[in-house]
Amino acid sequence: MWAVALLVFREVLEAALIVSVVAAATRGVFRRSGFVGGGIALGVIGAVLVALSAGVLANAFSGVGQEVFNACVLLAAVLMIGWHVLWMSSHGREMSAQMRAVGDAVQTGASSLSLLLVVVALAVLREGSEIVLFLYGMNAGGADHLWLGLAIGIACGSALGFGLYAGLLRIPMRHFFAVTNGMLVLLAAGLASTAARYLIQADLLPAWGSRLWDSSWLLGNGSLLGQTAHILVGYDAQPAGMQMAFYAATLAALWLGARMMRGHHAPRTRAAAAPATCTTVRG
Amino acid sequence: MRFALPLLLALLVSTPALSAEASAYTLVLKNHRYQPNVLHIPANTRVKIDVINQDPTPEEFESDHFPVEKIVLPNSRISVNVGPLKPGRYGFYGDFHQPTAQGTLVVD
Repeated sequence: MWAVALLVFREVLEAALIVSVVAAATRGVFRRSGFVGGGIALGVIGAVLVALSAGVLANAFSGVGQEVFNACVLLAAVLMIGWHVLWMSSHGREMSAQMRAVGDAVQTGASSLSLLLVVVALAVLREGSEIVLFLYGMNAGGADHLWLGLAIGIACGSALGFGLYAGLLRIPMRHFFAVTNGMLVLLAAGLASTAARYLIQADLLPAWGSRLWDSSWLLGNGSLLGQTAHILVGYDAQPAGMQMAFYAATLAALWLGARMMRGHHAPRTRAAAAPATCTTVRG
Repeated sequence: MRFALPLLLALLVSTPALSAEASAYTLVLKNHRYQPNVLHIPANTRVKIDVINQDPTPEEFESDHFPVEKIVLPNSRISVNVGPLKPGRYGFYGDFHQPTAQGTLVVD
């Protein structure tokens, strides 16, 4: 039971961290909960479908279907997050201003909300499909208290996600969207780096140095903290050069893109908000 | 799910895996254990490792010490490219049966 709980916990945690950041970033947006819940539900359905078609995936692309699929899912999430971040940098100030106005639910967020629904769904799908395959195996092997383990794993993983969400909500409204946008940027950069890792594994991309450094002694990939840092800021104890390139390219594209969007859309009086956002993005 | 359509199309036209070419390095999963559980590979070389799962349950070939993460379905095999690695010992495991599925890659 504890083996089940532990594996489920680690997979749920990865998805829950992403969902928490997305949920915080869409704080106050009209019908936000429905979108996040819908994303989770779609992700669960997707996870079962992916697990069911695991055989097809495994044999696709001359045996590297799994890597290609994972990289596609991750890069799709990067695109959606990137789009949302750029959209927010032109509309974010209006959003937080409107949120302070009582009653008028923020409708402006809706246009990029569906993008983040997809991000939530993809995160749940990726981690969930592993859980489904794992449970299938455990069930076939006659493990005890399978469902209790599953429940404990989901509960603990979700609890940490809620903890992060609750923590984020304590950030003052003035800085709130700057922080959540910065977190989304780091999240996207990390997902891009992980996508590169899959493509290197499949020999579809060169590694450009298979191991730039090894900081396992400080923070291992397998530790809980290392795993959390992996999701939130893209930490990897032994990154390849190509992973760094993907990471840096995502950071640069979103940072420059956000600057350009602000330049185009924001009146001068709003320029004061720019430095705070930039600092967060660099962090 | 904009990526779904091109992916599906790609799946339809792609050829099945398991090419006949031999791999110098093979791990077999049986009773949720790696056989051998110590595998020697040369240093500073990229090698292909085949993992054959003879169990009726899925497994995930994974390591925290070198980049590899790939699911192996019941009674099937996968190939992954590993390295180049510096000389040393690198642990790997089966994510779905960690108590028993443990192994070490010895790079020399």
